[in-house]
Amino acid sequence: MATRSAIDPAFLDNDGNPLFHLGEDPHHPEGSSTALGFWIYLMSDCLIFACLFAIYAVLGGNYAAGPGPRDLFDLNLVALNTAMLLFSSITYGFAMLAMEKDKVGATQAWLAITGLFGLAFLSIELYEFAHLIHEGATPQRSGFLSAFFALVGTHGLHVTFGIIWLVTLMVQVGQKGLIAANQRRLMCLSMFWHFLDVIWIGVFTFVYLMGMLR
Amino acid sequence: MSAHDHEHSQGSHGTMGSYMIGFGLSVLLTAIPFWLVMNQTFANPQVTAFVIMGFAMVQIIVHMIYFLHMNTRSEGGWSMMALLFTLVLVVITLSGSMWVMYHLNNNMMPHMEHDMSQMP
Repeated sequence: MATRSAIDPAFLDNDGNPLFHLGEDPHHPEGSSTALGFWIYLMSDCLIFACLFAIYAVLGGNYAAGPGPRDLFDLNLVALNTAMLLFSSITYGFAMLAMEKDKVGATQAWLAITGLFGLAFLSIELYEFAHLIHEGATPQRSGFLSAFFALVGTHGLHVTFGIIWLVTLMVQVGQKGLIAANQRRLMCLSMFWHFLDVIWIGVFTFVYLMGMLR
Repeated sequence: MSAHDHEHSQGSHGTMGSYMIGFGLSVLLTAIPFWLVMNQTFANPQVTAFVIMGFAMVQIIVHMIYFLHMNTRSEGGWSMMALLFTLVLVVITLSGSMWVMYHLNNNMMPHMEHDMSQMP
């Protein structure tokens, strides 16, 4: 039996008698549920990508007598792109480590490097898209190309917004420093950024590498 | 769950060591599939396909553990529950679509050919 003094004061009324209901709703510190909420958003985003992967799996072989993956994809370019995204993942990790040590300058520097790697990834992807469209492999050409542009384009769009978010956070950290709210935001972007890397693993394996095996 | 637990679960961003292990593993797990496909190591493309899918799965798990810091304890296990639920839905979406559309294609094929033979 717990003694009265061991009972959480929240469970006692003003006279010290135990309450059989909570005096007020349990108080959670601000932002304590953000990580879980953001994780659930990422899981719903994962379902969007699952649908796009399913579309690609179904339509990926419908070339409509047009070009196939072997004619279009350049694995060297994809390998370079993958490297850019991997480097940006580890540099974001360094930014989080610097954030934990409360080093504003190092955090900002690593964030900037992450953003540059992200921009390099986007530039290479846009170059690839421009090259494909120039060769007549537009999204309208075949079911395969529609599914390809929808899947890879959606991922690229996520990276674009990730970079915009990253720049926004750099401005916020510059203005307010590494306050608790900014740390929380940086943690959310960290999950977003690493999540995009996980999706890219699926893209380069399923679309590019498996495409070359067809 | 107390406020302290919340702070702890938010503060688990990994260490320099864990990030470097994760990075090293993911570089390896990326480089090997690319190398397998580019050099056509296996004569049978289906073998290559299965092997690179295996590498992708392992790499996704590596990223989940070392970069996304997934474990069964964070958020009182709820993030892991959300992940498992999502995985079930992803598997149903992917395998279901492929299964249905494969049979649809197979069963529609003779009809399609029949139609095509009617073409001038």
